[in-house]
Amino acid sequence: MIAALSSGALFAQSSMTNTEEWVANGVFYVIAAVALFAAIKMVTTSNVVHAALYLLVVLAVVAAVYILLGAEFAAATQVLVYLGAIMVLLLFGVMLTRAKIGHEDDLDHEQKWIGGLVAVLLMAVMSYSLVDEFDTIELPADRQPQRTQEVADSIFSTFIVPFEAISLLLLAALIGAVVVARRD
Amino acid sequence: MFLNQFLLFAAALFCIGVYGVLTRKNGVLMLMSIELILNAVNINLVAFGAYTGTISGQVFALFVIAVAAAEVGVGLAIVLLIYRNRRSIDVSEADLLQG
Repeated sequence: MIAALSSGALFAQSSMTNTEEWVANGVFYVIAAVALFAAIKMVTTSNVVHAALYLLVVLAVVAAVYILLGAEFAAATQVLVYLGAIMVLLLFGVMLTRAKIGHEDDLDHEQKWIGGLVAVLLMAVMSYSLVDEFDTIELPADRQPQRTQEVADSIFSTFIVPFEAISLLLLAALIGAVVVARRD
Repeated sequence: MFLNQFLLFAAALFCIGVYGVLTRKNGVLMLMSIELILNAVNINLVAFGAYTGTISGQVFALFVIAVAAAEVGVGLAIVLLIYRNRRSIDVSEADLLQG
């Protein structure tokens, strides 16, 4: 993970040479394989806490992918909000609902194959259309990292109305969660 | 780097998340799978932002992260309430609406 982050920061400084492109590609495929393995383990494991820890791996890899794409602020937000806040919230959920810490047999539906069929069909359709539409399209080799200042400028000018709506939504969700979960 | 390698990675994560939502009956595990789906969408947004060279993709990914935080807060409150009323977070047992 640290190697991924530092190589991402390395090529973010200027446009990429061939070697850097090669390294970035290699890093991407390694961490993508790790993420897919962790995601599959997450939906199949019979231990709730292990599932949360596998989700942590996936979220960290997604942050590394943001850095590979030059979206530094999104990567920092991912680490702060997802790995920090949402994971703690989910683990609190596991704790408060007294799910067993350890093996549990009764986490899945009986008809798992229907879910598997739906997922495989969805993947087939999506990968067919993606390969059909975006095959051989390369990211621009001279792309620059998107700086935090530009993100802030964009949020507070072009996207000011959605930003205010999001603020209200967060406030409403906060109050709503307290009201729903309060004992009275 | 190809645009497609990011899009296919995101599609795979999305499908695994869909499988999780469909097969899990523990409420907390369903919420975790939904987080997986939202992250897959975010990768798409950031990848297209890097492809077009505009900032909008990253900004929308940030908005999605904010909505996901709100979603998981309310979702966990609901799961907690189900647990308190029924002593179980098995969502297949919450079937009061079934005739």
